[in-house]
Amino acid sequence: MVISSTTADYDQNLHSTFASRYVRTSLPRFKMPDQSIPKDAAYQIINDELMLDGNPRLNLASFVTTWMEPECDKLIMSSLNKNYVDMDEYPVTTELQNRCVNMIAHLFHAPIGEDDSAVGVGTVGSSEAIMLAGLAFKRKWQAKRKSQGKSCDSPNIVTGSNVQVCWEKFARYFEVELKEVKLKEGYYVMDPAKAVEMVDENTICVAAILGSTMTGEFEDVKLLNDLLTKKNKETGWETPIHVDAASGGFVAPFLYPNLKWDFRLPLVKSINVSGHKYGLVYAGVGWVVWRSKDDLPDELVFHINYLGSDQPTFTLNFSKGSSQIIAQYYQFIRLGFEGYKDVMSNCHENTMVLKEGLEKTGRFNIISKDIGVPLLAFSLKDSSKYTVFNISESLRRFGWIVPAYTMPPDAEHISVLRVVIREDFSHSLADRLIADIVKVVHELEGAQSTVSTSGVRDGGTVEHGSRVMERGIAKFWRRFVHGKKTSSVC
Amino acid sequence: MVLSKTVTESDVSLHSTFASRYVRACLPRFRMPDNSIPKEAAYQIINDELMLDGNPRLNLASFVTTWMEPECDKLIMASINKNYVDMDEYPVTTELQNRCVNMIAHLFNAPLGETDTAVGVGTVGSSEAIMLAGLAFKRRWQNKMREQGKPFDKPNIVTGANVQVCWEKFARYFEVELKEVKLRDGYYVMDPEKAVEMVDENTICVAAILGSTLNGEFEDVKLLNDLLVTKNAETGWDTPIHVDAASGGFIAPFIYPELEWDFRLPLVKSINVSGHKYGLVYAGVGWVIWRNKEDLPDELIFHINYLGADQPTFTLNFSKGSSQIIAQYYQLIRLGFEGYKNIMENCRENAMVLKEGIEKTERFNIVSKDNGVPLVAFSLKDHSHHNEFEISDMLRRYGWIVPAYTMPPDAQHVTVCRVVVREDFSRTLAERLVSDISKVLHELDTMPAKVSAKKTVSEEKGVAVDTEEEVTKKITDAWRKFVADKKKTLGVC
Repeated sequence: MVISSTTADYDQNLHSTFASRYVRTSLPRFKMPDQSIPKDAAYQIINDELMLDGNPRLNLASFVTTWMEPECDKLIMSSLNKNYVDMDEYPVTTELQNRCVNMIAHLFHAPIGEDDSAVGVGTVGSSEAIMLAGLAFKRKWQAKRKSQGKSCDSPNIVTGSNVQVCWEKFARYFEVELKEVKLKEGYYVMDPAKAVEMVDENTICVAAILGSTMTGEFEDVKLLNDLLTKKNKETGWETPIHVDAASGGFVAPFLYPNLKWDFRLPLVKSINVSGHKYGLVYAGVGWVVWRSKDDLPDELVFHINYLGSDQPTFTLNFSKGSSQIIAQYYQFIRLGFEGYKDVMSNCHENTMVLKEGLEKTGRFNIISKDIGVPLLAFSLKDSSKYTVFNISESLRRFGWIVPAYTMPPDAEHISVLRVVIREDFSHSLADRLIADIVKVVHELEGAQSTVSTSGVRDGGTVEHGSRVMERGIAKFWRRFVHGKKTSSVC
Repeated sequence: MVLSKTVTESDVSLHSTFASRYVRACLPRFRMPDNSIPKEAAYQIINDELMLDGNPRLNLASFVTTWMEPECDKLIMASINKNYVDMDEYPVTTELQNRCVNMIAHLFNAPLGETDTAVGVGTVGSSEAIMLAGLAFKRRWQNKMREQGKPFDKPNIVTGANVQVCWEKFARYFEVELKEVKLRDGYYVMDPEKAVEMVDENTICVAAILGSTLNGEFEDVKLLNDLLVTKNAETGWDTPIHVDAASGGFIAPFIYPELEWDFRLPLVKSINVSGHKYGLVYAGVGWVIWRNKEDLPDELIFHINYLGADQPTFTLNFSKGSSQIIAQYYQLIRLGFEGYKNIMENCRENAMVLKEGIEKTERFNIVSKDNGVPLVAFSLKDHSHHNEFEISDMLRRYGWIVPAYTMPPDAQHVTVCRVVVREDFSRTLAERLVSDISKVLHELDTMPAKVSAKKTVSEEKGVAVDTEEEVTKKITDAWRKFVADKKKTLGVC
């Protein structure tokens, strides 16, 4: 327990926080303060500053879950102090992780027998999951090349340029070349034919995305599998596939069960999925599942045994909280297959509501497809007077956070707004968002006409020009910012 | 919101969970169940199963924080739905991370000017922090070797055999060779002289540990720095030092402020510390700080800008919760320097109480040092009848989790029990533990050692026959030792 020194100020406990001296001093920012402060003051000060953060549930940029049932919150609170990695001390928590891995493996049709246990692990998110999967591919490929007496110093991965930034991180940190299939206008995912063309003998795997970050589209993994099988037969290279199902992994099995994208395709050797996206858990949990033991080289696995039962561990992170793993298990047994299906159907429905509302305004092109992750990506038909970036900014005034992005190469001239429909985005919120977008568009059109008329009248005076220049600079920065941002929002 | 179908069984909401059918059905283990169940049932079932986990606060194996003030719990719950990586949406949370980085950098005497911002980042734990630091070293070394036209395909790291398993992971995953300085009986940390001897031109850095996992000792970073400076002057290799201060980073500045181990030593280029150990935050936060910008190659950083403010990001993980970062900031401003100092002094006091109590039994050797992380590592003086693993087992019956380990090479014959004294381990608990250890010793004394009993029996019979019980015990002992051997490297950190 903290035993602080006797307080000199006798009136400290008498005054409420806002009457005390603690709210009058500026909080230390760069150096640790010398003195302690009462816990109520610390709580209040931090809580108040955090009020200025965005409201997570109105953050329509993010796929990551922002609401869970209170019962689950209770479970999370009580397991906050459990260090997940202490498998010996918390055997039940470890068991829950194993059950989750098995449930997900079965969901993805992993070819496991009735008594086999699945090969997979819980991670902190899809980034870690992808790095682990990539490491496994890299090691297998190196072993294969070494046994063939060939060089193994230039591995590469083939993927679309619509990949999430964690693939670029993996490539840079683990010294693998990233060969990107460029997008084009109207086709915003990886083209399987072009991808297979780019495969060479140094390719450790081809990564397909189920649920592209930009448009929510599912890449055609089956076509990729078929084309790659053919090429493998010709070349003998045996290039495998990894499916980055970060978003789509918990959508496709429930809404599109006939879509073949998982282990039903023979070349798919590993799949990652984010528990904290449509797995419906708060940020901090992801899963990676391998097809079979052979796809995970044993040299990468550290083994922990306790009294006979083998617990393999293969993660980048060591100590971490147990809460999200338990929360994931809660969701699996609480919702079950029917519950997840209902949630995803609702999301899909609400996406359609939003889409129809926007189409009715007559000002937007819908970029996202109906089949995919429940999100809506739309661009302006006419960007000459105002852009999607203006809309995004104006929506902030209403409390909505709707990001605007430019597409990756070679479609950088297309800018879109994107709204992700999560579990907690109801029909009423969708209606309200549509109403607010309509308001914003009318405002922007009204403002635009005022500027153009005054510009004509003044004939371009210096005074007016500086305001225009300011706006131009701000616009430029904003676009620069958002241009960089394409890679950052998952 | 979840819209579940209308429940056909009208009596479901009438019955309490334990009267309902949900506690009669076996929970699905390997396949997702087809149907939903009520949330109360889901909560109750999982909660009940988790009762059989160990009690985190009695887990004396772990350095990781197991108690925080209720006010902080409130902050944590309120921020649990904030995805930390959305820097644009949560600028205050991002700002709090930056403040923590700066505070920690100053705590470690990073050479920053008044207006400079520190170079560092919050991570999920020291594993990620070490991987990032190692990556930075590897990249710098590769660039240097490339410039000099030399080969750069065989990087290595020099460290002690007492390293925590994340260094082995780093080495294996990032294809760096791990050159370990072996320990010896009585000297359980890295010997700086031997370490410097092992440095060659492919060494990307030497890693010293402030707070060895096994016995809490601080390695002599100053001596390492001085020896390495000498060697660098001779060879011109410029080999840097990384300090793994996972445990010690939040201890040494408060109770051993004159100990020079941080950026005051010129060769120390990066330091990692676990926020979730003596940073006094729940599991899930670590920090890594670099001396200055040059020590972190720009090519490893991904830049995110929003309206002109540059936010560099260099982490392995992307989406993660914000709670622990906010909790760390809470602790830093709530406790301040004096608060942390008080807590560390209390921990040290209680560790001394525990140590004296254990010494009084006269059955143990104390393997840990007084100066270091507040923990007590002890081994039996007499191993002929019983060993530390049995003591560890029997303490479990009282609720305590006290792990027993064998030391790493070359001291594998030494076995220790280790008790980590955390913030929430009071003197009362220390005294209770001592009395329970005494009880365990008495019990063990009354139990015949199976090994010696077998010997007498077989002597009588003239034949060395193991009874079934003895065979089982041998097998369990072998497994336990095998487990412990594996476990110590994974180091309950």
